[in-house]
Amino acid sequence: MSLYAMDRARLGELYEALGALGRVYLPTRKNGASAFLPYGEEGSEADLSLLLCDKSPKDLFFPQSEELVKFRLTGAEIALQEAARQKEPFVLFGVKACDLQAIEVLDRVFLAEPVDSFYQSRREHATVVALACARPAESCFCTAFGIDPTSPQGPCDAVAWLTESALYLRPCTEKGETIVSCFAGFAPADEKEVAAQQAAARAVLGRLPYGQLDLSRFGEASDELALFDHPAWEELSAHCLGCGSCTFSCPTCQCYDIRDYDTGKGVLRFRCWDSCMYKDFTMMAHGTPRKTQKERFRQRFLHKLVYYPKNNGGLFSCVGCGRCVKKCPANLHMIRVAKALGGEPRAQ
Amino acid sequence: MPLNTSAPAQTGEYRPLIVAFCCNWCSYAGADLAGSSRLTYPADVKIIRVPCSCRVNPLFVLKAFERGADGVILCGCHPGDCHYTTGNYYTRRRMTLLFSMLDYLGIERERTRVEWVSAAEGAKFSATMNDFARTIRALGENRKLRDLRCGN
Amino acid sequence: MRELTNAICARAKELLQSGAAGRVLGWAPGEFFYDPTPGVFSEGRLNELVYDGFTAANLSKYCIAESQKEGKVLVLLKPCDSYSLAQLVKEHRVKRENIYALGIPCEGKLDMRKARAKGVEGALSFREEDGQVVFETLYGEVRLAREELLLERCLCCRGREYAGVDETLEYALPELPKRDRFQKVAALEEQTAQERYAFWRGELSKCIRCNACRNVCPACSCVQCVFDNPQSGVAAKANSTEFEESLFHIIRAWHVAGRCTDCGECSRVCPQSIPLHLLNRKFIKDVNELYGEYQAGADPAARPPLVNYTPEDPEPSAVLERGRA
Repeated sequence: MSLYAMDRARLGELYEALGALGRVYLPTRKNGASAFLPYGEEGSEADLSLLLCDKSPKDLFFPQSEELVKFRLTGAEIALQEAARQKEPFVLFGVKACDLQAIEVLDRVFLAEPVDSFYQSRREHATVVALACARPAESCFCTAFGIDPTSPQGPCDAVAWLTESALYLRPCTEKGETIVSCFAGFAPADEKEVAAQQAAARAVLGRLPYGQLDLSRFGEASDELALFDHPAWEELSAHCLGCGSCTFSCPTCQCYDIRDYDTGKGVLRFRCWDSCMYKDFTMMAHGTPRKTQKERFRQRFLHKLVYYPKNNGGLFSCVGCGRCVKKCPANLHMIRVAKALGGEPRAQ
Repeated sequence: MPLNTSAPAQTGEYRPLIVAFCCNWCSYAGADLAGSSRLTYPADVKIIRVPCSCRVNPLFVLKAFERGADGVILCGCHPGDCHYTTGNYYTRRRMTLLFSMLDYLGIERERTRVEWVSAAEGAKFSATMNDFARTIRALGENRKLRDLRCGN
Repeated sequence: MRELTNAICARAKELLQSGAAGRVLGWAPGEFFYDPTPGVFSEGRLNELVYDGFTAANLSKYCIAESQKEGKVLVLLKPCDSYSLAQLVKEHRVKRENIYALGIPCEGKLDMRKARAKGVEGALSFREEDGQVVFETLYGEVRLAREELLLERCLCCRGREYAGVDETLEYALPELPKRDRFQKVAALEEQTAQERYAFWRGELSKCIRCNACRNVCPACSCVQCVFDNPQSGVAAKANSTEFEESLFHIIRAWHVAGRCTDCGECSRVCPQSIPLHLLNRKFIKDVNELYGEYQAGADPAARPPLVNYTPEDPEPSAVLERGRA
């Protein structure tokens, strides 16, 4: 499809104009952290040049906590009130290639039968605009998963490139076309500047320390048992603190818990993110199936590198965004694990 | 347990919900004395009897606010008169630090209070509760430290 | 730094050979220069040990588990870390007889988050040169003053004293800046309640409830936390509401009040950059002002302020009369 361009200085006008399509969520700095937040919130600063937000766009489709149903007690009567699904359209602008792939990963979980109607309603009401990366960081390793961050591909409606002077946009769906039509500042453009940016970024990608991380031992055809029994798990997990910073920062972690909250007048059933790193994860009457941190730690990484790919035609559920690299308090991240398991076992 | 029965009365007048933790040995007996002396205190005050003021975990105070309390007051024996000798000395430190922290987070400082009321001080109990209820009524509803899910 | 690392390794080796300990708890290299991880070393692997500007993790927390294992572990402790271990010993949370604590000098640790915020993108390596940190990055070289990159806790370094270590390694290092650690707390106290409320809402609303602050905290040593206990009535895995955010953080700080050594790990690891140390320091400041100076971990015999009292303690109303409403 054709490529359009607009003056970068007019981004504010674009965001305003996009308001016609619904609420606009942008990479935003607020109070010293970044996330996809609605445009124009007080004290916030939208910034498309942010490489990655601290929080991934996952929240927009699968929020950390959401109400499912309310039970209201009046005498002996129990009234059920189901939570509303998403009804308002919204625009998610500036999703990087890794986070876009992450939406694909989530789609395969939540949109497979039985369809998660809460997730589905949000996906259907979203217009997703991907944004190419111009300056990858050392912690990026999306290329190891076959992702091209200079030309994002996946479940989006348009792809954008931000250069020094302009924002380029290539719509790929009808919804994507509406972005061009709702803002008069777009004009047809040629590929030159985009191609130059891509070439420059690709040169950097070639120098990423883990851009070619060896994943050959993982994926669909991997030897699950050998990896499961790998001696490296013991040492790798020994100093895991069992917190959820990796899972909650991860764009693809999708586990949740469903709980009831007693409001005093009724019961509110909600679901919230859960972490396989927590010791009460999947707690049942008989206890929890993974009793040690080693087992919990192993679960998270093997799920990303082995179990999910085996169930999804080889698609990894790590996208190489590098958030765990930056966030883990003990620095026990995906690269470390993949390296330790990928090669020969370390000498003891 | 539904605590939040403080919805504006039919008259439209705002009725706060106040939780008073009273120690069994002094303050609860003080409340009794207030009653038997026919001294009044507002019905907005709901008393929770505790074995010692020192039994009150900061979580109790926060939970009370969560469930809709507009004010929380702790009453215990006068320092030095604790039934368990020293319990209320610990209470004093704990609540001092907790209240200071709530204030630090920007919660209105008048919403929490500690008063020492002996079993002989029915009049003080009544006066304290009347005064605290007046203060809370003037402050209005607690919005900063309540769980909105409990509101409806 | 290499020289100091070598000195540490050499001393550790001697101690292992003398039988003072059987293994070493230190920092193992990561996959980048900024991501070392706590690690346990046998004598043969001591050459892998790293100690540089990024070995910030306080290893005291890991002593809880390590000291339960067989044999003695040699733990490397920076001055501030040693207070955390001393406090844990005081609370009988570690088996002290299974630990040999070696105090090692520190010249302040670096904060990669600050470096990134100051424009260090794509950093591949770093070196230190006369008070400057030089980053080699994918986009060229970036030089920044070391002081600009120090972790918050190091900006307010308490000094070179150790608490309860078995031995210290002498090594001359430059002095650290000494700022008033209560400056920000005092500034907040000066604000109006509304301003403070707005500040804390802004900060706490970022919380993702990952529990990193709690799990990394050496003072948070409960086998089961009240927030994980379904019977407690406050267990919650997510911040469903503003209230839960405040409740969690007030109680987290409360449960370590009087025991927190101000090691700053909570703020260092927070993935959302919430200045959690400001909650802990508020309690420390209040304790110091109301009940006398107290440094957790410093004195094994001193009664912690919250399990202590004097008949002359001020009334709770006293704190509410200070500052601005």
